[in-house]
Amino acid sequence: MREREDEWTGLMRSAISGDSAAYHRLLKSVTPVLRAAARRGLARAGQPADQSEDIVQDILLAVHLKRHTWDANAPFAPWLFAIARNKLIDALRRRGRRVFVNIDDFAETIPSEPAAETVPASEVAAQLQALPARQRDVLQSIAVDSASIKDTAAKFAMSEGAVRVALHRGLASLTAKLREQ
Amino acid sequence: MDTDQLIRSLAADNSHRARPVGFVLMLALLAAAPVSVAMFFAELGVRPDVMTAMRNPFFDLKFAVTLALAISAIAVSLHLSRPEASLRGFGWMLLVPAGLLVAGISGEMMTPQRLPMMTRLMGRNSMVCLTAIPAMSLPLLAAALFGLRHGAPTRPAVAGAIAGLVSAGLAATLYASHCSDDSPLFVATWYTIATALVAAIGALAGSRMLRF
Repeated sequence: MREREDEWTGLMRSAISGDSAAYHRLLKSVTPVLRAAARRGLARAGQPADQSEDIVQDILLAVHLKRHTWDANAPFAPWLFAIARNKLIDALRRRGRRVFVNIDDFAETIPSEPAAETVPASEVAAQLQALPARQRDVLQSIAVDSASIKDTAAKFAMSEGAVRVALHRGLASLTAKLREQ
Repeated sequence: MDTDQLIRSLAADNSHRARPVGFVLMLALLAAAPVSVAMFFAELGVRPDVMTAMRNPFFDLKFAVTLALAISAIAVSLHLSRPEASLRGFGWMLLVPAGLLVAGISGEMMTPQRLPMMTRLMGRNSMVCLTAIPAMSLPLLAAALFGLRHGAPTRPAVAGAIAGLVSAGLAATLYASHCSDDSPLFVATWYTIATALVAAIGALAGSRMLRF
């Protein structure tokens, strides 16, 4: 528990200093914890767990776009759980519930709890279709076809810089669209 | 898009670096300040006897109070732009301008005054004060909210109210150089009401605009 959180903090520090592999590992490592917490929160609010993956993706996008608000001298877990809690409350409220999310939802997870992805997320995928063509193509190439930035640049005859810009804008507008819905 | 795919795209975007919230907030306030300053010179202007007024410690105190409010509110708002932050440990900063006012009021009580207390409190400019400070605040409030949107405040109404204090503190600093009422009692009454009004607008706007 403590150890895992220290590991997250270390990975996030590496990520901030430019290590994308560390960032990838960090996101993979927090996802099951977020998923379990989202399920617990939904269950507590009397909602079916099949929206949990949408909430997880929403949290991951917020973590990504707001990571500059994390103080590299502070532990990562409290920051992460604050974002997650905020997103979970938001998701439940959007579904017409006034809710109180228990802080404990994020404070501990039972390791044996099944937290694999079951019902796939649909909201991000749906909003992806509404993006400008260039952003959608780049995002799809990198996310779905797992192409690198370099390969994506070659495929669409773009510069790598332009691919990076389209990728970031795509992620930012996905998040904006999710918020508006 | 499944979650693993989303994570892949986020990791690919790791090289993107956002500017710190403080930088964006300062830039936005600097961009909005000329609008408020223009409003000030178009409608009010500096009071004509400013050179003699500067020798009055109660005139100077107004700036100490309003600037203390603006600076402490900026510090608190930057703190609140982090999702895990609460007011605890930082809220006391907002007591600094209040403390200065209390000290000013006690100072005034201890020195002989020409005018009775109620006359000093009511002053001559209360209505101008109540309209000018909120009006000059609005461009700055919009800027402060824009800056804080770049952060991740998990209590958007509170963060919006603090953005209101930032803008009211700056607008009141401008207004203080126009107003001929220097009594700390006047400041404590009318500046406070005007500031509370702006904070309420900020809370309302913040609860919509600052959600992320």
